[in-house]
Amino acid sequence: MPSLPDLQFIAARASLLDLASFLDRVQRHGQDGDYRLEALREALPILLSTGPHRARRILESLSDQSQEPIPAATIQGAFGAPKKEPNLS
Amino acid sequence: MRYIEPHGHMVSRTTDDYAAMVTAGCAAVCEPAFWAGYDRKNAHGFYDYFLQLTEYEPRRAAKYHLPHYTWLCINPKESEDTALADDVIALIPDLLAKPNVLGIGEIGLNKNSRNELLILEKHLQLAADHDQLVLVHTPHLEDKLKGTRLILDAIQNFSTLRPERVIIDHVEEHTAPLVLDRGFWAGITLYPESKATPNRAIDMLELYGHQHIWLNSACDWGHSDPLAVPRTALQMRHRGYDATFIDRILYQNPLEFLSQNPRFKL
Repeated sequence: MPSLPDLQFIAARASLLDLASFLDRVQRHGQDGDYRLEALREALPILLSTGPHRARRILESLSDQSQEPIPAATIQGAFGAPKKEPNLS
Repeated sequence: MRYIEPHGHMVSRTTDDYAAMVTAGCAAVCEPAFWAGYDRKNAHGFYDYFLQLTEYEPRRAAKYHLPHYTWLCINPKESEDTALADDVIALIPDLLAKPNVLGIGEIGLNKNSRNELLILEKHLQLAADHDQLVLVHTPHLEDKLKGTRLILDAIQNFSTLRPERVIIDHVEEHTAPLVLDRGFWAGITLYPESKATPNRAIDMLELYGHQHIWLNSACDWGHSDPLAVPRTALQMRHRGYDATFIDRILYQNPLEFLSQNPRFKL
């Protein structure tokens, strides 16, 4: 098995910088209140957690956890993070 | 190196892509019926598309010495209109006799709506009635986990559909175990940004095993790479995997699944 850090650290570092600069960018332009940014911030601590399956847990955190089919599809696209339903209580 | 591209939307690709794929070692391409990028207005549009998949596209591929196979369905994005979907599904039985048709696909869900689920079930019934292989699309991004669960539950209501004859495509780390644990095949799609990277695909092979998994590019009219599968082979070499392993994943595995239809011959 080759050294994975030797193979992939530079690419991982670049991904980290890409993410950091994206967060800076949306904040600089006053757009970090978007629900997708909130979802991203909720997923970030998983990166620093111990234990395996970080990718799986991040995907789960960015997933719609409801179980029933929706009444009708009014749009066709997906957006990367579930919208949270407003609290109607 | 040899490989099979089990999921490529070649109607949306140029002949440059055919030349590149064959040069890279592609031994066969399989093309599921899919969304054209816009919603078709009636079943006539689908009929013409099915003729394109079963007559014209195999001739185009043959100019590059590439066997071309196809799957038929109405895709989940256009399944909200159940009247249209019924008309399209009614076209399919007569077309199953075409020599390059492998089965029903890519059926599935998109936004996980009731109508999409109803049409998925009608396709599953069609597959059961005609003893067809099934290829399933799982939804995008935040909809994938929920949709995969709904799909797996729907399929298991059809007792005559054997899990080993069904491939659930576009799995990622959170859905692959659900699919494999129930005995289905899992497809990992190497598609920019919205699906798996080569390294994540190789990680999934390490985590979930080498059996009942295939890799594909799902190249289409969007930003996608028809050479994603052979590029993943290079990444496998970087990570220390040998030619035998690569051949197993990229050629033998899809061959094993697809050969369940005796029409699939290389």
